[in-house]
Amino acid sequence: MTGTQDSDRDGTGFCGAPVSVPGVNDWFVNEVLPLEGALMQFLRHTWRNPADIEDLCQDIYVRAYESASREIPKSARAFVFAIARNLLIDRIRSAQIVPIDSVSDLETLNIPTSQPAVERSVMARQELRRLQAALDRMPPRCREAVVLKKIEGLSIQEVAARMGISPKTVDRHLSDGACFLADFVYGGEDGDKR
Amino acid sequence: MSLRDHHATDAQSLRARAAAFVIARREHADWSEENQRELDSWLARSPSHMVAYLRVDSAWAKAEKLSAIRPPKIDFLRERVLPLFLRIAAVMAVVGVVGAGAMVYLARPHDRLYSTPVGGRETVTFADGSRIELNTNTIIRARMTTDQRIVWLEKGEAYFHVKHDRMHPFMVFAGDRRVTDLGTEFVMRRDAASLKVAVVQGRVWFDASDKQASAQSALLTPGDVATTNGTRLTVSRRPLKDVATELSWQRGVLVFRRTTLAGAVAEINRYNVNQLVIDDAEVAKLRIGGTFRATNPELFAHAAETMLGLRVESRGNEIVLSR
Repeated sequence: MTGTQDSDRDGTGFCGAPVSVPGVNDWFVNEVLPLEGALMQFLRHTWRNPADIEDLCQDIYVRAYESASREIPKSARAFVFAIARNLLIDRIRSAQIVPIDSVSDLETLNIPTSQPAVERSVMARQELRRLQAALDRMPPRCREAVVLKKIEGLSIQEVAARMGISPKTVDRHLSDGACFLADFVYGGEDGDKR
Repeated sequence: MSLRDHHATDAQSLRARAAAFVIARREHADWSEENQRELDSWLARSPSHMVAYLRVDSAWAKAEKLSAIRPPKIDFLRERVLPLFLRIAAVMAVVGVVGAGAMVYLARPHDRLYSTPVGGRETVTFADGSRIELNTNTIIRARMTTDQRIVWLEKGEAYFHVKHDRMHPFMVFAGDRRVTDLGTEFVMRRDAASLKVAVVQGRVWFDASDKQASAQSALLTPGDVATTNGTRLTVSRRPLKDVATELSWQRGVLVFRRTTLAGAVAEINRYNVNQLVIDDAEVAKLRIGGTFRATNPELFAHAAETMLGLRVESRGNEIVLSR
């Protein structure tokens, strides 16, 4: 192939994502997102109000990403959990009213800083299981759209025709499906969430 | 596509917004540069947009790869194909010395060799309606029978226009790599040390031809460019326009956009016996743009002479560019 040797700089595979520090997007996807299951578990155990959990998680990601945009830390795990802890402390301090049991034992909290090494093949299998679980638990119409699009390989228009709905509605089903998949792939198999 | 901003505040609506972008970008054929600019500016507006986008986008991409764990039924072919292929690979090393012509001896009755000389371009159409366009200095071997559709890209570059047939997957082997068509147009280029696959339409499954190395595999969709140098597989995403530019050889021309002179010369040289040579490391770094006829290195040299103020000198088979 010809003539674009000089434009071959997008190695991230995530098109449309302007990169501040080289590799920060990759770092976030490969190192931080896989911690989501453990992070969510930590937040659920630590924070009383379940309605806040997703927002807390998102805020932790933002802090981690911003900080990593200046310098990528050595241990993603220690880094992310330190951010989580600080964020929770900030939230408690800035809150007008703090329920006495909002945080049980933050100061002494046992933050999981290491995890057993998992073989790649095991992780791949786990991922496949989670994907399967996500597909199984999707609302039927949403699942139908995802299967027709991703597994049957139909175009949006074909999916719309097959399901007897508008392409816009197909988009909405697929977007919902993508959110669903992200929750399962990264958050682990927590069917109680939705 | 409706991509208007509604100033999402909490995680869920942010993620829904990011998901709409992901679906529009990855699944809509009509994703335009304007859409891309809209996405870029949305992402640039806040890191919270970026992390939400990365999260959904990578999960969706993963799902894509996982779903393809069920590729067309190809296992039954493995046993028969692999030993033969290994034999051929082993003998190929010898063939390198003897010359490409010797490969004819290895071919099975059903296998046919097609090749182009330096500067040549050839289209082969098969009974099933599939077409393969061979670029310069390319050799392919094709086994197109009623129950098998297998092509070996021995060297060079070829554009594949495959008639999809679920029951008879179309496979291309290149060294120890394999591409399996899932309804497709794609281009493959095999050099001495690397292999590059770019998908124009449909999807292909890219993996190793033996199971041991199959950890490195990927489902490629339009705009995906997979490159492997033997050990590492890298997949990047390019605007389809860029991929199309790289296919300008199908019209007999090469298009350069701010390409280094070294890069442009390496490309032109693939098509010609008369080789361009750059005599100066600094000159090699200069950049050049434009559309050039692939088989006319003299014209390219002339352009370099006038555009970059270089000196051009002919020495036998070489055209030397210097300051």
